Amino acid sequence: MSVVTLTVNGQDVAVPAGASLLEATRAAEANVPTLCHLEGLTPVSSCRLCLVEVEGSGKLLPACSTAAAEGMVVHTHTPRLREYRRMTVELFFAEGNHVCAVCVANTHCELQDMAVTVGMDHSRFPYQYPQRPVDATHPQFTLDHNRCILCTRCVRVCDEIEGAHVWDIGSRGGQCHIVAGLDEPWGQVQACTSCGKCVDVCPTGALFRNSDTTAEKQPNTTLPALLRTAREQHRWHNQ
Amino acid sequence: MTPSPPAAKLRLATVWLAGCSGCHMSFLDLDEFLFDLAEKVDVVFSPVGTDVKIYPENVDIALVEGAVANVDNLELALQVRQRTGLVISFGDCAVTANVPGLRNLLDAGHDSAKAVLERGYLELADATGQLPFAPGIVPELLPRVLPLHEVIPVDLYLPGCPPSAERIREAITPLLSGERPVQEGSAMLRFG
Ligand code: SF4
Ligand code: SF4
Ligand code: SF4
Ligand code: FES
Repeated sequence: MSVVTLTVNGQDVAVPAGASLLEATRAAEANVPTLCHLEGLTPVSSCRLCLVEVEGSGKLLPACSTAAAEGMVVHTHTPRLREYRRMTVELFFAEGNHVCAVCVANTHCELQDMAVTVGMDHSRFPYQYPQRPVDATHPQFTLDHNRCILCTRCVRVCDEIEGAHVWDIGSRGGQCHIVAGLDEPWGQVQACTSCGKCVDVCPTGALFRNSDTTAEKQPNTTLPALLRTAREQHRWHNQ
Repeated sequence: MTPSPPAAKLRLATVWLAGCSGCHMSFLDLDEFLFDLAEKVDVVFSPVGTDVKIYPENVDIALVEGAVANVDNLELALQVRQRTGLVISFGDCAVTANVPGLRNLLDAGHDSAKAVLERGYLELADATGQLPFAPGIVPELLPRVLPLHEVIPVDLYLPGCPPSAERIREAITPLLSGERPVQEGSAMLRFG
């Protein structure tokens, strides 16, 4: 197995060739925050929280989808990156409708956790109060667009792991939203197997089980990695 | 914007704008710490600690609960800023507008006051429904509910719905000796 060596925050690390920058930062225990990334799913770099500085590169690079390369000199927590991360999280809160106190995901939400991680005590951006619908047509689950951060974990898990490809992204810019089937009510999409994987991996309270009320959502984000290892390497987590 | 040195007793106010009073209930949950606090501060204005109706001059620290939703909230918030050293946004309603701010979703946020009144007093009423009209008695709603820092500069934020008594104590204790609390980590910062 060939290896690449690089420097993360002044520390030398070695990772297998083909590993991502994120894996390299983890080898250096740098705690780079991630939100859209999920082990077992293809990275898409939609949240921008894992941006790092690589010396010699004119732009910031998303660690989750950039390959680690020989000799890279990486910085993960410069003042500029910390400021951008806090701004990014503030923008997530300001551009949706997040009322944590009455949210199904309260206390189990990765966005709420991320606000703590980046030290957000308030939003410097005015709240937008966008008009967004709730799709409650599925017999078991609900999609509340007000809390969706467009991480596309649901899109990817349904496509890559369940193989049903129920979800996609519709529209552009500020109108971007998750669509079921051919932009139909979720409950009418016959491809949905009701497996619940999208609900389990959603980092926020956007997707939830109908039986869950305030603060009752219990996500399960380890499933995609387990299933992928089982399928590709024929290894189960108890083996 | 820093409180005066601890030699003199600090003048503390707690203020109730558009909130459910839950943050004040959490403040009362400080239990025996309230005795320690009473030794170090004079409570000069508070819905749970005094019967004073006019916001006094020369307040050192003010804990402000609630969003700014009507003209009374707005007037009091401006007085608080003018007459207070350190203003604390106390709880999620003050910090984010939270539940009172939900009415901003009506009418695409342009005039949610009109929209929420029509919804409450006409659409959901029986045949005799009418809009309330009592100028000078019931304060007029603002067109949009705002977090406190969009109305006045805020010096410290204490999120939580409500912030736990523990979080309040951790924030207030350093202030009593002229220090700023370290607002970091889940114990001090989490919304909700
Ligand atoms: S999804 Fe998360 S951040 Fe949004 S309201 Fe719910 S708990 Fe808060
Ligand atoms: S429940 Fe399963 S099949 Fe249905 S949309 Fe979610 S992931 Fe796809
Ligand atoms: S519904 Fe949840 S998983 Fe899907 S994009 Fe929105 S936040 Fe991400
Ligand atoms: S985790 Fe890398 S961009 Fe979201």
